[in-house]
Amino acid sequence: MDHNSLYLLFVGATFALYIGIAIWAMAGSTSEFYAAGRGVHPVTNGMATAADWMSAASFISMAGLIAFTGYDNSSFLMGWTGGYVLLALLLAPYLRKFGKFTVPEFIGDRFYSQTARLVAVVCLIVASVTYVIGQMTGVGVAFSRFLEVDNSTGLFIGAGVVFCYAVLGGMKGVTYTQVAQYVVLIIAYTIPAIFISLQLTGNPIPALGLFSDHTGSGEPLLQTLDRVVTDLGFREYTSHDGNTFNMVLFTLSLMIGTAGLPHVIIRFFTVPKVADARWSAGWALVFIALLYLTAPAVGAMARLNIIDTIHPNGTSGPQIETLAYDDRPDWMKNWEVTGLLKFEDKNGDGKIQFYNDKSESFAATAEANGWKGSELNVNRDILVLANPEIAGLPGWVIALVAAGGLAAALSTAAGLLLAISGAVSHDLIKGALMPNISEKGELLSARIAMAVAIGVATYLGLNPPGFAAQTVALAFGLAAASIFPALMMGIFSKRVNNVGAVAGMLAGLIFTLLYIFLHKGWFFIPGTASFPDTIAGSLFGIKSTAIGAIGALINFAVAIGVSRATDQPPKEIQDLVESIRVPRGAGAASAH
Amino acid sequence: MDGGSDSNAYWSANIRLVVICLIIWAIVSFGFGIILRPMLSGISIGGTDLGFWFAQQGSILVFLALIFFYAWRMNALDRDRGVDEE
Repeated sequence: MDHNSLYLLFVGATFALYIGIAIWAMAGSTSEFYAAGRGVHPVTNGMATAADWMSAASFISMAGLIAFTGYDNSSFLMGWTGGYVLLALLLAPYLRKFGKFTVPEFIGDRFYSQTARLVAVVCLIVASVTYVIGQMTGVGVAFSRFLEVDNSTGLFIGAGVVFCYAVLGGMKGVTYTQVAQYVVLIIAYTIPAIFISLQLTGNPIPALGLFSDHTGSGEPLLQTLDRVVTDLGFREYTSHDGNTFNMVLFTLSLMIGTAGLPHVIIRFFTVPKVADARWSAGWALVFIALLYLTAPAVGAMARLNIIDTIHPNGTSGPQIETLAYDDRPDWMKNWEVTGLLKFEDKNGDGKIQFYNDKSESFAATAEANGWKGSELNVNRDILVLANPEIAGLPGWVIALVAAGGLAAALSTAAGLLLAISGAVSHDLIKGALMPNISEKGELLSARIAMAVAIGVATYLGLNPPGFAAQTVALAFGLAAASIFPALMMGIFSKRVNNVGAVAGMLAGLIFTLLYIFLHKGWFFIPGTASFPDTIAGSLFGIKSTAIGAIGALINFAVAIGVSRATDQPPKEIQDLVESIRVPRGAGAASAH
Repeated sequence: MDGGSDSNAYWSANIRLVVICLIIWAIVSFGFGIILRPMLSGISIGGTDLGFWFAQQGSILVFLALIFFYAWRMNALDRDRGVDEE
């Protein structure tokens, strides 16, 4: 069977499975549409949460981010998992006890303020829409590389599949497709990693292989990697070069942002009990950790494999031998077609040079070798998708990875679309515009909102705004600076009142937005930035991607300060806080 | 909930547990993984140092242990204080 039919078979089979689940799990009520009837087992919800959370960024990009930077990008690993500790200890059990359907609904009820609810709706929609663009472009990339259809056809197919199970099934349909998508994506991620770990270290578990001896050199894998990258003028893989303060702040921002992302929080509304919400957060992290513990190994091993490919005789010696362009392996040829891998023979020797041409200390060595600049441009995002090809694995593994990448992008897209449609139909339409709408009417409006959201996401995927990559910082920044502090104070403080919460959310939000715009340009328009987005050039010595944690601090400080200066919340609100702090009675609340 | 003092004791026990867990959470990630890494550089593991391991593996494993520990302790506390769901 040729490669293209293999890809079609794998991707087609998984899509058929998702649609089958959609038909089986039709939602009949708003409770099923928003919260899957609150009957999801904590382990099942953990698996669905893992797929919901792990996006195209986790599956496709993260290993590449680590591979080409090394230790300093460990922030992604700690940040995107550490947020679950915050979620499990500070938010999930209490929001489940509260027993409503959306995140803005909690903020509106707890702070007895329609304004607070609307601010939360705006933050939710901006954060979720920016996030969904990345998923849709990811779907397009995976399709165009593997299925030889063009980008837009791929996007329409992906959007059609999401439409089937999200519009019909709502949270119920999304939950069970996410479980299936988790299984597909984790198998797709780990199988090539296991093979590669076996090839390089003899250890079948990649997370252990990373710290084992490299079979080729007999020395530890990371030591080998440190040596070959420094031979080529790069910084040591395991060394810390960045600014420690920024690394801490960036990690913290990712953690707080993760805990504040509404599409993840609403997953915990689907379990039957408060105790289940606590367990479920743990299960979610188990399933996430299977990928996150593997990713750093995938990154390091792929980096070593690429260098070995270009330097079959090693990287040492005054004369460094490199691979002739005509002898390049097939995977390079395949990816050159997509434009994500580019070769430019700068010194005209017909050989591939891939080294750090920005290193001043390495310039003399490069000169002595007759090199005139690094000639290979590898897009970080191809690393995971190209990994099985780089390691010479059979065609079915490559097909599996294609299906896995699509599963990761589609599952996250569906979760985001669900959060958006819930905010529109439940918070805007029922909560503000048409309070007397019937349940049937609300269910219909949720489905229409979902369909419209899919349309918008598809449009943005087809015409990605130039700033698409920048906006991920925006999504995390908004979630960290506005949503997380409001939720946490709503549970842990009885004193924070309506005025304080709104002032805090707006202060955190405006500060974070301003800081990002000052460094990335107003509304991301190039040339309008006032400060360079580097540690040295930035306003407070903090990169804009790391500012969310400061925004959160400002939110806390303003909310508490303003609340102290104004009236206590009314007695019934204080009683509400008392009641969400104890699990007893959660079943009754869910009947709403 | 029967009375104010019971609920206060339950809530402060919860806060105590949360604070302990969050201190460990911060020590393994921001501490061992980043700020205290130079101090751990003497302990080598697989060609690098313990701080690198914490940044890419250890912190995630500790996070997992923390969430399950908290769920186990809190669910037990709910039963002891009679505030669990029937």
